[in-house]
Amino acid sequence: MRALLWLRANLFNGVWNSILTLAALYLILRGLWGLADWGVVNAVWSAPDGRACRAASGEAGACWAFIAHWYRFILFGRFPYAEQWRPLLVILLFTGLVLVSCDRRLWRRGRLLIAIWVVGLGVSLVLMLGGILGLSHVSTDLWNGLPLTLFLAVLGLAGAFPLAVFLALGRRSNLPILRALSVGYIELIRGVPLITVLFMASVMLPLFLPGGVNVANALRALAGLMLFYAAYLAEVVRGGLQAIPRGQYEAADALGLSYWQTTRLVVLPQALQIAIPPLVNTFIAAFKDTTLVTIVGLFDLVATASSAITDPQWRGFYWEAYLFIAAIYFVYCFFMSRYSRALEASLQQRRAVR
Amino acid sequence: MPVSWAARLRVLLLQALVLGAVLGLAAYLVNNTLDNLARQGIATGFSYLGRQASFAIGETLISYSAADSYGRALLVGLLNTIEIAVLGSVFASVLGLVIGIARLSSNWLIRNLAAIYIEALRNVPLLLQLFLWWDVLRIAAPGPRQAWEILPGVFVSNRGLVFPVLSWSGGLHWDVPHLAGFNFAGGHTVTPEFAALLVGLVVYTAAFIAEIVRAGIEGVPRGQSEAAAALGLRRWPALRHVILPQARRIILPPLIGEYQALTKNSSLAVAIGFPDLMSVTNTTLNQTGQAIEAIALMMAIYLVLSLAIAGALNWVNARTRLVER
Amino acid sequence: MSDAAAAMIELIGVEKRYGAFQALKGVSLKVARGDRVVVCGPSGSGKSTLVRCINRLERHEAGRIIVDGVELTDAPQQIEQVRRDVGMVFQQFNLFPHLTVLENLTLAPMRVRGMAAAEAREIALHFLERVHIAEQAEKYPGQLSGGQQQRVAIARALAMKPKAMLFDEPTSALDPEMIKEVLDVMIALAEEGMTMICVTHEMGFAKRAADRIVFMDEGRIVEEAPPEEFFSAPKSARAQLFLSNILGH
Repeated sequence: MRALLWLRANLFNGVWNSILTLAALYLILRGLWGLADWGVVNAVWSAPDGRACRAASGEAGACWAFIAHWYRFILFGRFPYAEQWRPLLVILLFTGLVLVSCDRRLWRRGRLLIAIWVVGLGVSLVLMLGGILGLSHVSTDLWNGLPLTLFLAVLGLAGAFPLAVFLALGRRSNLPILRALSVGYIELIRGVPLITVLFMASVMLPLFLPGGVNVANALRALAGLMLFYAAYLAEVVRGGLQAIPRGQYEAADALGLSYWQTTRLVVLPQALQIAIPPLVNTFIAAFKDTTLVTIVGLFDLVATASSAITDPQWRGFYWEAYLFIAAIYFVYCFFMSRYSRALEASLQQRRAVR
Repeated sequence: MPVSWAARLRVLLLQALVLGAVLGLAAYLVNNTLDNLARQGIATGFSYLGRQASFAIGETLISYSAADSYGRALLVGLLNTIEIAVLGSVFASVLGLVIGIARLSSNWLIRNLAAIYIEALRNVPLLLQLFLWWDVLRIAAPGPRQAWEILPGVFVSNRGLVFPVLSWSGGLHWDVPHLAGFNFAGGHTVTPEFAALLVGLVVYTAAFIAEIVRAGIEGVPRGQSEAAAALGLRRWPALRHVILPQARRIILPPLIGEYQALTKNSSLAVAIGFPDLMSVTNTTLNQTGQAIEAIALMMAIYLVLSLAIAGALNWVNARTRLVER
Repeated sequence: MSDAAAAMIELIGVEKRYGAFQALKGVSLKVARGDRVVVCGPSGSGKSTLVRCINRLERHEAGRIIVDGVELTDAPQQIEQVRRDVGMVFQQFNLFPHLTVLENLTLAPMRVRGMAAAEAREIALHFLERVHIAEQAEKYPGQLSGGQQQRVAIARALAMKPKAMLFDEPTSALDPEMIKEVLDVMIALAEEGMTMICVTHEMGFAKRAADRIVFMDEGRIVEEAPPEEFFSAPKSARAQLFLSNILGH
């Protein structure tokens, strides 16, 4: 009975809604049927190569055997096969670091949190690079796939952060030169596409350095990401700074604190806490933007998938490959965005109660 | 406020220091760069814009051939970028408005379908979505003879998307595409690359615009929808006459950001082979080796485009401001 | 209150809950045509909720609400019928800021009753005259004072020619010097015989214009009496406490 009432109120309340519901149900059922047909019923779960897979599915089903065969390459790229437990560990470590950072109790103990990240990043670098502790050395161009994506996103933002704070403070400063430089940088970077900054880093960085010093491609892309996200993070931090009531500055002044003491001890901690939801959103954007490094020649998750599709034995399974990595991106981004929204709601609640 | 001359001196000194550091760094970099360029025998300056381009461009709004200059090639790319930006913004706005309103529908099914659309598209990288659209339009699409007819007169094949256009030659009439030999004749054809880029950008940006529309509508004070309801206005008239006009003011600033984002995202055309500003610049710098000039010019143009979008829409915003005491 | 005439607005055992908090615990009320009812009580007693349930701004969970023979259910047609026949004035005025005063008044008659623009305009100007604000017809709400805006809000509700009017603390958001101009309009309305349910703290208005005072506390109607009776000899202890608090200072 209650179910019928709910249906009446939510799906069929009125002529127009009823029509919409029926049309939508029809489309959904057709779509799901086709999807189930392709993805499950006619799908092939194991096959020796592409042609056999196609023959078995009759061209009407997904070839999940492709994923079964290629998933390690898609995830880890050309990292030495026997050593792939190392990038796997790195993925788990990064995911763990992010999950741990969500625990609010750690936010009060800022130094502990930073220490955890530094240790985590250090361990990840050692795992990937090797060369010590009996681990074989793996050069950075073999850092491919998901670990590369995670590294670029995390290090890119981490490195951008200090610059972002300075830019934000500079933009709000009373000193005209500092403000002009900050505004100029921020508005310039925010007005251009990321790909141009990556190109700039990739092509121009070797030219900037004396005597043709060769910088690894991954580092150039990382530098580009850092320069780019410094401008966006600066605006996020500035938003946090602007949300701090004047009374805080006045109280600090009255207590005799200097500009830097006020900034470091009173203003920034509060500003950063307010800025966490938009910060998480920026991280989500950065995570998705790492895909652009494909264009400047890095072998990230999209590049490995694209490469797998062109293998002569397994040609053209682009739906399977792209759906696989789309799912990976979706899982990361969706849960981060849920977290950021929950955070925003609870932060707003706490400030409203005050 | 520093009043003493010592404090003022300190302030000036700090600024001079920062400026000096920045200029010093710039000088160092420029010096290195000129050195490296000289060593690699790469020219400097913008004279290359006058030289012959020697590469063809597949899709142009104005006439162009390989004999034209790099400057003209750049113009072609720029016009393509603007075309994508304008068309993309219009279509994305319409789609985003529909989905944003659907997101607030009283119909549970419609509301959640809209939510699924938004979440699915916002959490997958744009480049990946573009690759998917491109592969579908290039590989999955059949040859012209078995082309899909998605709407009356609109055909999708691996040669591209072709649709009817209004034509003036021989009286005003619809020029409908029809199969002639191995391909379509009549109508207007766009390459799979153009179609993939446009559709991918529209579908992706619409998800973000939908959220902006939703936030805008929810940002209108509840009392307004209550007053409209109390007067007997139904949902759609209330939306049209009371809520949306007020929501527009909340929506406009982030909407400007989305239009700018769409314009900047169009640069991903370089990954799927559509000759926009970024692609043409890429080809140019590969051929001339003058990366710095090419990239700097391209960045400047994108910057101008971003500012132009913000300027135009802010002008519209100022003219429709609420009248207050 | 005539028993022979069917009640204009009738509530029978109405209940409303917000999560764990029960705002209305079985409220029954009969308002006949031409009755002027003032609802008062301490904050949180459910007065606003009661009034907002009548035009379905809040959805009651149990009990029945009947307005001029039409029962309020989930069915959209009933809800629309009731909203056409009952006008509401809000504490926060809720005028449409992007429309002029005149447009605020003509919007609903044109879009809900399907009136032509010229006719709607005439009606609008007539009611603007009645609340003494016709000269502001082309102004925007943002350009008016609080008292002026509330008078426009009353006119806007009247322009729909409602059978009854609901007032939800119409003067609570006004500066003291503007309360009188709004109360004067409400008193004139009462004297013309408009059926009204008014939630208010203005006891002077209640004494002057009300047929009945309904006192609510903690989601229930505690006492119902004509003003002379209620103010001089309240029967319940809670009403006595409320009155001493309100009138004491």
